Amino acid sequence: MTEPLLSVENLSVNFNRNHVVVDNISFVIYPGETFALVGESGSGKSITALSVLRLLPNNASLTASSISLHGDNLLKNSELDLCKIRGRRISLIFQDPMSSLNPVMTIGEQVAEAIQQHYPLSKSDTQQRVLELLQQVELPEPQERIKSYPHQLSGGQRQRVMIAIALAGKPDLLIADEPTTSLDVTIQAQILVLLKSIQQSTGMALWLISHDLALVSTMADRVAVMQHGKIVETAQSAELFSSAKHPYTQKLLNALPSMQSCLDHCAEDKPPLLQVDNFHCYYPIRKGLFKRIVGYVRAVDGVSFSIQKGKTLALVGESGCGKTTLGKSLLNLIPSTSGSVKIDGVALDGLEGEQLRKQRTNMQIVFQDPFSSMNPRMLVGDIVAEGIVALHPDVNAVERKERVRKLLQQVGLPEAAALRYPHEFSGGQRQRICIARALAVQPKLIVCDEPTSALDVSVQAQIIQLLKDLQKEQGISYLFITHDLAVVAEIADEVAVMYQGKIIEQGSVEQVLFKPQHAYTKKLISAVPVLKYSNDSQLKTGVVL
Amino acid sequence: MTLLWTDALILLLLLSSVSIAFYLHDKEHIQRPLNKIARSKVGMVSLVVLLFFLLVGLLDSIHFNANQEKNNEIISLLDYFATPLREHTEKTYSAPFATTLYSKEMIANVGTIQWDYPRLVYGGKHLVNPEKEQLPDVLLKAGFGFLMGLALFTAWMLLSAGVSYLKQGSAPKFFAMRPVMSTLFIIIVISTVLGYLSLYYHVLGTDKVGEDVFYQAIKSIRTGLVIGTLTTLIMLPMAILFGILAGFFRGWVDDVIQYLYTTLNSIPSVLLIAASVLMVQVYMANHESEFTSVIVRADIRLLFLCMILGVTSWTGLCRLLRAETLKLREMEYVQAAQALGVKQHAILLRHILPNVMHIVLISVVLDFSSLVLAEAVLSYINIGVDPTTYSWGNMINGARLEMAREPIVWWSLSAAFVFMFALVLAANLFADVVQDAFDPRSAGNESVG
Repeated sequence: MTEPLLSVENLSVNFNRNHVVVDNISFVIYPGETFALVGESGSGKSITALSVLRLLPNNASLTASSISLHGDNLLKNSELDLCKIRGRRISLIFQDPMSSLNPVMTIGEQVAEAIQQHYPLSKSDTQQRVLELLQQVELPEPQERIKSYPHQLSGGQRQRVMIAIALAGKPDLLIADEPTTSLDVTIQAQILVLLKSIQQSTGMALWLISHDLALVSTMADRVAVMQHGKIVETAQSAELFSSAKHPYTQKLLNALPSMQSCLDHCAEDKPPLLQVDNFHCYYPIRKGLFKRIVGYVRAVDGVSFSIQKGKTLALVGESGCGKTTLGKSLLNLIPSTSGSVKIDGVALDGLEGEQLRKQRTNMQIVFQDPFSSMNPRMLVGDIVAEGIVALHPDVNAVERKERVRKLLQQVGLPEAAALRYPHEFSGGQRQRICIARALAVQPKLIVCDEPTSALDVSVQAQIIQLLKDLQKEQGISYLFITHDLAVVAEIADEVAVMYQGKIIEQGSVEQVLFKPQHAYTKKLISAVPVLKYSNDSQLKTGVVL
Repeated sequence: MTLLWTDALILLLLLSSVSIAFYLHDKEHIQRPLNKIARSKVGMVSLVVLLFFLLVGLLDSIHFNANQEKNNEIISLLDYFATPLREHTEKTYSAPFATTLYSKEMIANVGTIQWDYPRLVYGGKHLVNPEKEQLPDVLLKAGFGFLMGLALFTAWMLLSAGVSYLKQGSAPKFFAMRPVMSTLFIIIVISTVLGYLSLYYHVLGTDKVGEDVFYQAIKSIRTGLVIGTLTTLIMLPMAILFGILAGFFRGWVDDVIQYLYTTLNSIPSVLLIAASVLMVQVYMANHESEFTSVIVRADIRLLFLCMILGVTSWTGLCRLLRAETLKLREMEYVQAAQALGVKQHAILLRHILPNVMHIVLISVVLDFSSLVLAEAVLSYINIGVDPTTYSWGNMINGARLEMAREPIVWWSLSAAFVFMFALVLAANLFADVVQDAFDPRSAGNESVG
């Protein structure tokens, strides 16, 4: 076997001397391979990467018997020596390309800075090298882009610039920490293809850190699964995904939503609950001294659909397509421009003030970010009871308390939760509280705005199960807004695909996922990474690299 | 008993804080942060120091008519306790613990005239030969004061131990007891030592007209507290109301409020303050019959100073709150509340207000110190508190002129500085602890069970 590029032995990291984040792990990375570290949030995978480069926060302490790069023990290096290794031999790209780039420097300057850190080139040579790098990461029109600022680029382009900066020192090992998590699925596919092709052309090793098993299966040669700071299983990719040994890995694989699951939905027709007809929502663009309206951003541009009682319509689209605006303006949280909305035969458009407030009981919303959707200074009991107080003032305090208790029970939380603050709960538990809050006013329809995209895969599966159970028990309808097609297959009865403010394709879930008509839908579906080595005969619609 | 305007307001403030404390004392989710404050060493120590200042301020806020025949003289309880200090006035400057004046004078001595430092009227008058006797005497008296403090502290400890024994040891265990006790011990000992010594010496010297500086510094505590708290009380409602309304409703409400505070901000506040103080003076001069004594006039002037400072200083906080509210109104929990049909005023009270309180708390404490300083600056141009009112500002202003003197007269300035520093530091540290305790997101605030 070849000599390992990076070998880490018995690495432990703890915070404030008592909170163990990484617990005695060992692994090796060979030259030229793709090694993936998989785990849910909080499992310590990012900290592992940072501790190799000794970039840990001040309150962390690190112990290891050795961390060696090409047989060179990094633990013995001084901070100054490490600076010569960071970026030159090991490079790092982060999840969020917006906050990793300096907003007041052009991207050309930022790439040049990284080059000059390691190679004393003349000014014109540096410029030449910057161009080469930007070409290498396939940034369109690199000549012009060199003078652009980060905000002038799209998310995918920014991530390409980050990769260019990481490649500037010609590293032997590139650490990619969730490189595509904040990107749309079609962009994600492009970035992954790019990383793979750069790796093949330069022969560097790639250390991929991700929570997404399907993505890892398409990219990695070897995979290590991390749980609570420990590596529970390390195996060749093919072996791991076809016959996982550790129960935790199996649990993760089972929790993965699959495109197949839509085949067992019932197709029985029910009367429509929500009818939306020719709905528009424009944002005015104001300019000049008197703030004259000079034009409109057509966030939602003539959308019509209907949702049947007790069923789920999934609204799919990439970021910026107007799906969240549509959800919020249906609830009148954002004023709509024109169009009609009817729920259970009652027209909602044009309602104002007290009349609108009364109709609020019909429709509720669950937001994406469980951290910002609850007032941090209110007790959970008060948060859940808020809607009852506002919309059912006739319910007295004793009964209200009883209802809150029942709601918490329904969403699977202990009674004692009512007297705690939201921050004491995990992301999944918070999302349960948000669902309880929405259920409190007994709505007929809940708009779920990406309720699972901030959650880990096993928690995501639980929340989806909870939503399905609630639908079965109470006959609630959902408008499920998401960008994740696998989740759509799990929960939806019907799917509407949104693109630039318009619905371009609409139909039953099987029809849209397996017989897509529109070119954009096809592109979207083909970009979804699916498990590569699966022993059951799954339809392989996804991208295989 | 005579009730001055500021006395009444201070009592009102005290009553309302006691009733708020009583209302909150059995609310479980309020108990949690309070317990955290009780466990914090820094918090409890600074609270003890603050309470001591408050006690002095309160003693100084209970006024009564001391001597009916003698020219309608109104004094406070503190003046009553510190009567020897109040009446021990020398001719002019003398250094701390000095037995002579600070400058040489012609002394007429049986037949001869000498150019020498004259002996003080009160400071160290019991000493026959000051050069030899002074140091042992000071040490002896300090030792006696220390013993008195020790005795007082022990008596208090025995008393509290007895009470808690009778109550079957129900004293809360989480209390940061030892630092509180040591602070208390230090405060008691310092006050008894200084108190006992000041019967015989001027422990912090005397000022230009021979008044005891220690007495001035103690009397200034009330002025500092009044300016800090009353001004804040006047400014807070305006800042919070306008800031939140502007940020939440935007549109024309925002335009009007922004116009208001930009206009107010563009008028130099010194001008406004000068104008209003002069107005009050003219009013008092025209209605002499209503303001019979010096202290009543000084009090009205202090009150007006607080008001006008409040009116001119709300804009900064208002702007901060507007910006924060603009951010908060886009938060998803506010939208969720809208979707739940919660009324606008309830959203403001329940979702916006509690989430901007940390800004209010921090800026109030920072303002508190800057207001005490502003008072000093205003005294300098003669539009601050009445010259007869004791205040750190007036002390600094008086001492300012002597800074160039050689040897320097340092004690007025240092005394004002030390007292101001202790108060402002204690307030800052305490506010820090309170803010930390009431932020549910900070570490260690998890409920048990």
